[in-house]
Amino acid sequence: MRHLLSAADLSRDEAVLILDTAAQMAATQSRQIKKLPTLRGRTVINLFFEDSTRTRISFETAAKRLSADVINFSAKGSSVSKGESLKDTALTLQAMGADAVVIRHQASGAPHTLATAGWTDCAVVNAGDGTHQHPTQALLDAYTARRHLVGAGGTQDVTGRDLAGLHVAIVGDVLHSRVARSNMQLLHTLGARVTLVAPPTLVPVGVQTWPCAVSYHLDEVLAQGPDAVMMLRVQRERMSSAGGGFFPSALEYTRGYGLDARRLAGLPDHAIVMHPGPMNRGLEISADAADSPRSVVVEQVANGVAVRMAVLYLLLSGTGPATSAGDEVADESGTPEKVGTGA
Amino acid sequence: MSRLLRGASLLGGGATDVLVDEGRIVALGTDARDARADVVDADGLVLLPGLVDLHTHLREPGREDAETVASGTRAAALGGFTAVHAMANTSPVADTAGVVEQVWRLGRDAGWVDVHPVGAVTVGLGGERLAELGAMASSAARVRVFSDDGKCVHDPVLMRRALEYVKAFDGVIAQHAQEPRLTENAQMHEGVVSAELGLAGWPAVAEEAIIARDVLLAEHVGSRLHVCHVSTAGSVEIIRWAKARGIAVTAEVTPHHLALSDELARGYDPVFKVNPPLRTAEDLEAVRAALADGTIDIVATDHAPHTREDKDCEWAAAAFGMTGLETALSVVQATMVDTGRLGWSDVARVLSSTPALIGRVADQGRPIAVGEPANLVLVDPTARTLVDPAAQATQATNSPFRGRELPGRVVATFLRGRPTVLDGRPCDETVEVHA
Ligand SMILES: [Zn+2]
Repeated sequence: MRHLLSAADLSRDEAVLILDTAAQMAATQSRQIKKLPTLRGRTVINLFFEDSTRTRISFETAAKRLSADVINFSAKGSSVSKGESLKDTALTLQAMGADAVVIRHQASGAPHTLATAGWTDCAVVNAGDGTHQHPTQALLDAYTARRHLVGAGGTQDVTGRDLAGLHVAIVGDVLHSRVARSNMQLLHTLGARVTLVAPPTLVPVGVQTWPCAVSYHLDEVLAQGPDAVMMLRVQRERMSSAGGGFFPSALEYTRGYGLDARRLAGLPDHAIVMHPGPMNRGLEISADAADSPRSVVVEQVANGVAVRMAVLYLLLSGTGPATSAGDEVADESGTPEKVGTGA
Repeated sequence: MSRLLRGASLLGGGATDVLVDEGRIVALGTDARDARADVVDADGLVLLPGLVDLHTHLREPGREDAETVASGTRAAALGGFTAVHAMANTSPVADTAGVVEQVWRLGRDAGWVDVHPVGAVTVGLGGERLAELGAMASSAARVRVFSDDGKCVHDPVLMRRALEYVKAFDGVIAQHAQEPRLTENAQMHEGVVSAELGLAGWPAVAEEAIIARDVLLAEHVGSRLHVCHVSTAGSVEIIRWAKARGIAVTAEVTPHHLALSDELARGYDPVFKVNPPLRTAEDLEAVRAALADGTIDIVATDHAPHTREDKDCEWAAAAFGMTGLETALSVVQATMVDTGRLGWSDVARVLSSTPALIGRVADQGRPIAVGEPANLVLVDPTARTLVDPAAQATQATNSPFRGRELPGRVVATFLRGRPTVLDGRPCDETVEVHA
């Protein structure tokens, strides 16, 4: 694995290796000394053309817990109108000797361009591009689903296991969602069955080739008893005429596609509720659902750090056996350090 | 000075000698004898009338950093063209007699090809009120083709008025068919590939709906309509229907829409970003079949040079457009001739005589016959050329055929008997200003 650009690029074995590595990373995070020496001397750059404090902090925490040097580079507001800034930025990063670039960009394909245009030889990690991909989100969602739904709800060792046999419903604005695209592909790769649920206006033309089912009726899909329900964020602007007029009103959307107390109560006992955040409470998800014991939303955030540690580790320290991360930790006697603040 | 083209394959047929003097063809076959003539060995070369492009962006005035009339017309000559129609979306827009005359003069001074400026339909391409079409028609540039190309004349009343108005001087409206509301922020053809890439979709219906409306308007007011860059199978069906009904509609396809599909967007390389977008393999087959059966009348390049800054970036930030003047004939050979769908006489029709007819250019696209103006091109159909944008005459490097090997090579181009290209090289030293 040279870059992580799209969930579609991952094979089943590569994806499982990332999840297994993330599990080992997570295990180290319950220790008092959370920091591993693995990426000491390596530089990771967070290149964010679009605001996302949550994702940036998650990557930053992950990199720092692996002892990498982290540089935050916010290029917001400087690009799309004048194109060369991505190139100039890439050349700058190259000159700074970065080993990995974590990029968030509003233009679909920007990480691909960064990785392939010959501007830099850094490893590129896509932290979300336009309406295209957000592969680490898909990985952390798969990790979370595996923890809860495989191996008798976390009581068995799930190392090496995928998500075969699970049914996941992804509900909401599929058209504009990089989370939906990434998750649909990764869940399929890991053996799960996916149903996308959305009003027809928010399903992309061309969806018929995707390896999933599509439904316009949430209640019908919930009646099938899915193992996980993943609610997507719906931007309120989408209903205005200027925003495309994709649905008539927030109320009508919520009636058709919102996860409320009634729908929550109809889920199978073991089913979990997921959301990539930030949530629009009262629109796609009610407070009952968001705060219910089924909701794993807060855990998704915590798992994000472990998964991103695994991705950075696998990209920057070669494809050696994942167990070495744990081994190194056993020998580690470094001093604890605060993490999570900007460099 | 007279010039003898010896042994040229006339429109791909038998070998013939052609004697050119004083800008005209003066003798053919065994009559073509002149001891003092300069001899061009045309053995094995196909002789065609000089090509006529109905759709070229020369960028001057305003974007001389991307292309100039001089650089673009030099590229045209190397591509085998003897006339181009320069689109109106310059800065300032070619919406007055002054601007079209300026472009026409720049073309005349450069001397590579005849430059026929296209006039804007609406003031500033604004789509709100008609430009002074009559003034442009009666200017020195004698404009006959009017287009807001780059933008669609989407207001149906304005389109109707334009179609009616140009009848007074036998003009034609060349429509860039793109329903604006259906294509807001659109990046590529809407379908399987756009869904996967997360690039905002450009539906085929946005093109087809405008063409359907326009052919009905043209029928209603009895006007000529020309449809620019037809790209979808549905558009072909509508035009076929309109022609069967007797509506005076003509249509063009670009070389890139004959050759390239939306699958190429997968690498997010903006060199493949174009308006209208590259479509599916089925659409490619439909436009090829339509060009073969005459539903689509002509090939036009839509040569759209851009600076490197406008293409060397992420897809969404990049400009729409591709260069095409120097690869058009090769692409037509590859997609239509080498596949057996068109003969060389058909190539002369779709790249020379019919575009001249649509543009009402009297002295171009003429038959290769005694007394006709010697606008001619010699092509070596057996040559193969590796496309290298850096080696092209166009100032721009945004060729979607970069790195591909294409068949055919323009060996010589003659504008009224004067060579603009010889041995595949531009005749810079011989260019002289003519009256
Ligand atoms: Zn156009």
